[in-house]
Amino acid sequence: MELLNYMEKYKNIDLYSYFSQLTKEDVKRAISSRKPSIIDYLTLLSPIAGDFLEEMAQRAHTISLQNFGKSVLLYTPLYLSNYCVNLCSYCSFHSRNKIKRKKLNMDEIETEAKEISALGLKHILILTGESRKETPVEYIIEAVEVLKKYFDSISIEVYPLKEDEYARLIEVGVDGLTIYQEVYDEKVYNKVHIAGPKKEYSFRLEAPERACRAKIRGVNIGALLGLNDWRKEAFMTGVHADYLQNKYPEVEVSVSLPRIRPHVGMVSNYDVVEDKNLVQIMLATRIFLPRAGITISTRERKELRDNLVGLGVTKMSAGVSTEVGGHSSTEKTESQFDISDTRTVAEMKQMLLSKGYQPILKDWMHI
Amino acid sequence: MDNLIIGGIELKSRLFIGTGKYPNHKSMYEAIESCGTQVVTMALRRVDLDSKEDNIIEFIPKDCILLPNTSGARNAEEAVRIARLAKAMGCGNWIKIEVISDNKYLLPDNYETIKATEILAKEGFIVLPYMSPDLMAGKMLVDVGAAAVMPLGSPIGTNRGIRTKELVQIMIDEINAPIIVDAGIGRPSEAAEAMEMGAAAVLVNTAIATSGNPIQMAKAFSLAVEAGRIAYNAKLGATGSLAKASSPLTGFLGEGDK
Ligand code: SF4
Repeated sequence: MELLNYMEKYKNIDLYSYFSQLTKEDVKRAISSRKPSIIDYLTLLSPIAGDFLEEMAQRAHTISLQNFGKSVLLYTPLYLSNYCVNLCSYCSFHSRNKIKRKKLNMDEIETEAKEISALGLKHILILTGESRKETPVEYIIEAVEVLKKYFDSISIEVYPLKEDEYARLIEVGVDGLTIYQEVYDEKVYNKVHIAGPKKEYSFRLEAPERACRAKIRGVNIGALLGLNDWRKEAFMTGVHADYLQNKYPEVEVSVSLPRIRPHVGMVSNYDVVEDKNLVQIMLATRIFLPRAGITISTRERKELRDNLVGLGVTKMSAGVSTEVGGHSSTEKTESQFDISDTRTVAEMKQMLLSKGYQPILKDWMHI
Repeated sequence: MDNLIIGGIELKSRLFIGTGKYPNHKSMYEAIESCGTQVVTMALRRVDLDSKEDNIIEFIPKDCILLPNTSGARNAEEAVRIARLAKAMGCGNWIKIEVISDNKYLLPDNYETIKATEILAKEGFIVLPYMSPDLMAGKMLVDVGAAAVMPLGSPIGTNRGIRTKELVQIMIDEINAPIIVDAGIGRPSEAAEAMEMGAAAVLVNTAIATSGNPIQMAKAFSLAVEAGRIAYNAKLGATGSLAKASSPLTGFLGEGDK
C-alpha cells in the first residue's frame, strides 16, 4: 500500500491553482535548480513554463550529454499475440473487436527472432495482449528461452504479474519490464477500461514495484498521453518514477511518453497533446530525473523524433511492426495502432549518425 | 615523463580514456590516437563481438591495453562474472571493477568492490577498482590485491572536478599503490591538478567524449597530465599564508651575535 499512499499525497494537489500563482522567476529557478524537487517538476509542467521551452531545452541537453553522451539505444518490439480479455476504449486489440486473433508458436517466434536479429538489434521488447489463458506465464517463459539465443536483452510488456511470476521470468532471462498505467487518474482509468481484469487499478499500479522487488534490472513506466489532462498525467508519472528511483536505486527507471495513435476500435474524446506539450513533458522529465531513461516510440512522426534527439531521449524503437508476426509473416493481422515513423533500423542508424549521435544496438548482456 | 608501472607493465602515458558517450566509434578512435593513451576502458556489456561494424574493440588501437569494466554490476558476484566473461572473450586480464547499486548518482559500493577485488586478484587479474574515496577502504583494496586504486573526483559525468580533493590527497599520501583519479574531471586544468597532487594517472571520459572536439580535447588532456606530472616531480614551491616580512619581527634575536 505504500505506493498508493505516496501517490495519494500528490493526487489531490490542485494543479491549476498552484500554476496560477507561479511567476517567471519560479520557472527559472526550477530550471536551474541543482536538485529539482517534485514541486519544481510540477512548475516545469505549468503553462507559464511553456514560455521557457528553449531554456529548458538547453538545460535538458546539457544533462543528457553528461549522463548519456551522444548515444541513443535502438530496440524493437515483437508482438507475440493479440488475444486480449480486456475492453480498453483506446486499443484495437480489445476483446469485443472482431479482429483476426493470432498467437505465435515457438517456431514462428524463432523465425521472427532470426529476421530481427539479422538487422543487428540486440534488445527486444516482447508484447502480448492481456490474456492469461492464451499467453500464460509458461508461454512467455518458453518464448524467452527461444529469444535468448538471439538477443542480449529481453524486456516484456504483458499483463501485470505477481511478484513470484516476475521472479521466474527474471530467472530465465528477462531484464526489463514495460508497463504503462495508461491513466493515473482513477476516474478516467475506470471509464476507459470498460471491462476485464485491467479494471483493477492498484494491481496495475503496483506491478513495476513488484518487478523491482523481484530484482528486475529496469522498469519502464508511462501514461498514454491523450486520455486525460496531460499535465496531471505527466506529473503523476514523474511522481511514480521518482518513488521507484528512491526506493529501488539499483533499478534503472525509464519513462515513456506515448501519445494516442489512430487504431481500429472505438473513438473517444481525447485530450489533445500537441508537439510542444510533448516536448515540455520530455524536458521537464529530463530536468527532474536526470538519469532516467526516456523512450520515444514510432508512434511519433519521424521529423519530430529526429528533433527530440539531444533533448533527453535515450531509447528509440526502430524497424517496428505492431502486428503479430509482422516481421516475417506474409499473413497479416490487425496492428495494435498505426505507427508513424516507419523507418528501417538502417535508416534510424543513419539519422542518428547524421545528427552526431551513436546508435547503440547493444548495451546489455546476460551474465 | 617518468613511467608508471601497473601489473608489471610500464606505461608512458598517465592518461586513461573511457569509450562511452562518443558520437561514433571513429571519433573515439581518433581521440585515443591523438592523446597517446595506452589504457582504454570499455563497458563489457556493450561489446558486440558479432558485429564488425559495431564491435567497439575493433576501434581500439591494438597497442592499447584493454581495461574492460564491470559496469552494470550491482554486487560483487555480478562483477566477478563479468570479469571472467571478459577474460573468456579475449579482453586480457586487466579489469576495472565498477559495482554500482545506485542509479541516481552512480556512486560505487566500496564494500562489494573490495569483495570482488579479492576474488579476482586471487584469480590472477590485474584489478583496478573504482571507489568512493576512503582511506581505509583504499588500504583494504590494496591488501586484497588491487594493482591500483581509482577514487572518484566527483560523480561520473558531472565534470565538476576534484570535489573530493582532501580525501584523495590523503589516499595519495598514505596508500602504497598507484592512485588514479577516476570520474568527475571535467577540464584539462583539473587533470593537471590531480597530477600535481601526486595522482599516478587520471581516467577521463565524459569531458572528452562530449566536448565540441574530442580529438583536440584528448590532446589537451594529455598535455595537461604531462604538465601536472612534471610539476609534481619538480616539487611545487612551498606556499605560505603569511607574508614574509622584509624586516622580521624576531630579527633582533640574532643581532647580539654580530
Ligand atoms: S490496451 Fe492492452 S489490455 Fe487494453 S485492449 Fe489493448 S491489448 Fe488489451
